[in-house]
Amino acid sequence: MVDAIDHIINSAAKSNYMSAGQISVPIVFRGPNGAAAGVGAQHSQCYAAWFGACPGLKVLAPYSSEDARGLLKAAIRDPDPVVFLENELLYGESFPVSAEVLDSSFCLPIGKAKIEREGKDVTITAFSKMVGYALKAAEILAKEGISAEVINLRSIRPLDRSTINASVRKTNRLVTVEEGFPQHGVGAEICASVVEESFEYLDAPVERIAGADVPMPYAANLERMAVPQIEDIVRAAKRACYRSVPLAATA
Amino acid sequence: MALTHRSTNLLKPLSAAVPFTSSLRRLFSTDDATAITVETSVPFTGHKCDPPPRTIDTTPKELMTFFRDMATMRRMEIAADSLYKAKLIRGFCHLYDGQEAVAVGMEAAITKKDCIITAYRDHCIFLGRGGTLVEAFAELMGRRDGCSRGKGGSMHFYKKESGFYGGHGIVGAQVPLGIGLAFAQKYSKEEHVAFALYGDGAANQGQLFEALNMAALWDLPAILVCENNHYGMGTAEWRAAKSPAYYKRGDYVPGLKVDGMDAFAVKQACKFAKEHALKNGPIILEMDTYRYHGHSMSDPGSTYRTRDEISGVRQERDPLERIRKLILSHDIATEKELKDIEKEIRKEVDEAIAQAKESPMPDSSELFTNVYVKGFGVQSPLLTYQLCHRAKGNRAGELSSQELDNLMTIVANYRQFKIPDWFLNRKKDYKKR
Repeated sequence: MVDAIDHIINSAAKSNYMSAGQISVPIVFRGPNGAAAGVGAQHSQCYAAWFGACPGLKVLAPYSSEDARGLLKAAIRDPDPVVFLENELLYGESFPVSAEVLDSSFCLPIGKAKIEREGKDVTITAFSKMVGYALKAAEILAKEGISAEVINLRSIRPLDRSTINASVRKTNRLVTVEEGFPQHGVGAEICASVVEESFEYLDAPVERIAGADVPMPYAANLERMAVPQIEDIVRAAKRACYRSVPLAATA
Repeated sequence: MALTHRSTNLLKPLSAAVPFTSSLRRLFSTDDATAITVETSVPFTGHKCDPPPRTIDTTPKELMTFFRDMATMRRMEIAADSLYKAKLIRGFCHLYDGQEAVAVGMEAAITKKDCIITAYRDHCIFLGRGGTLVEAFAELMGRRDGCSRGKGGSMHFYKKESGFYGGHGIVGAQVPLGIGLAFAQKYSKEEHVAFALYGDGAANQGQLFEALNMAALWDLPAILVCENNHYGMGTAEWRAAKSPAYYKRGDYVPGLKVDGMDAFAVKQACKFAKEHALKNGPIILEMDTYRYHGHSMSDPGSTYRTRDEISGVRQERDPLERIRKLILSHDIATEKELKDIEKEIRKEVDEAIAQAKESPMPDSSELFTNVYVKGFGVQSPLLTYQLCHRAKGNRAGELSSQELDNLMTIVANYRQFKIPDWFLNRKKDYKKR
């Protein structure tokens, strides 16, 4: 998708604006995004933050089968250019779906996040593969008495700021999770949004979990360290919940 | 395969009906530098240039070197197949067996001061450039002794000191880089060239033509080598290219079509191309070659071509067999001796694999090295530095180069400076005090 990025931005995203509405581009760009396993630096980058920065684009990131089906149909029906970021490792995962999802006209709204798990102590936002990790982290946290609310963003652009902020106003603590590089990432935008709209509700600094700030290494042990693991999310949530623990090093 | 043998030695070879093992009866010893003339399998076809002659001089020594080098490459790739299936190699693995003549013939025509850059099917080119089997297998298995210290993987082998610039995963992206290498060669005025290798799939990439245009405008000593194995992943060339005559695609740039399964044709073509490029600017070589494996280890390679086609090429055009036949017919070595060499190579490869398996995984601190040339892209090492009382709150950009060297030494040997493992591994948390 990055090979075509000039056209995605300059020919698709900006056309409706530059032509004052004459040229609309109802196209969907879909494909795998982010790290697979052992594919090295040039084949592992997550581009959600890059595409999410562009006005004129809509950016979706499904997690479950329900997301994949509903969001893709919505993307196709949408009159604007949509970047649909799938995940290669999720292609092989199965999810339970309701009869409603299997219906041929099932469609999800663009720009609405889903609360995958309700909680009251800390909000964890994630998208794509990290939603699965966040849910597993929430299980572990529940055993330790921390009730985590997991939000599946579904839509990177437009970001569902109202759902995120409403959740933070309820729990007062936030952990953002993403696979991509930390600087200028999706978590950075969410943090800024929450600070702008719900500052007085925060009881702890926002915790950002992201991939390591390095090109993806090939060696298995280094690769494992370069991508967030479930334990990282658990530790971040605990840090957000206990004021006495100092902040992690900003690496 | 037409083969003319004109020996400078007037003795005729003794009849093969008389069995013998004595080397006194043999026409040549394997170290002989006597010239032998061979002919390429087919004549060259030129586009906007006069093709070189199809008769080439070689020596028994060169023939034996070709045999040994190609047999080593062949064995390495087959061993890599097994390692991948045993899950010791992860991710992508693109094998070169069948195409060895291109790597070996090219090396024979050039020096290590000439540059080569290629795509992801790079294991054998690496070997040709002087890379060792251990470096290759260790890199494939993601170990410390790999040519890229385990950080690159199959698609990112490099050996800069021998003029090998990688190892690239994005289709066609290495071609503009290769033409940049040619620019640097011209700039240095040392009469060296750059070879940019790409496949028939990449041949349709726009960036290739943009870069070729610049190379032609500036008369750069660039040799574009299309390794045409006739399939871009699973797409046959006739479905992918309106004009699959890749040697003609340069239009105003001259080209040569070469039998890429014949190491001597490759050598002759590369020699010709180097002379041409140094005088007249870019030239395209199309190597008509074939890969026995699928595109990568995830591709069985039989859904878009028949097994008969694969075995047909193996029977009629195998590059290793061609050299074997040449060696046998010129009586340079016996069949048993060649088989012994192959056994020796097999043992060498097995030993290299064993040694590579012993190599440890890279140290955790390697996660953060080489992001930039100097210093680190992450801020925690600065805290490390302050913890060691070496800097009083300076920002990383304000450190002198001596301080920066000290910092890098500390991070590379952090345990000696009493810095705990978890600190540089950003995935670990503080322990509650």
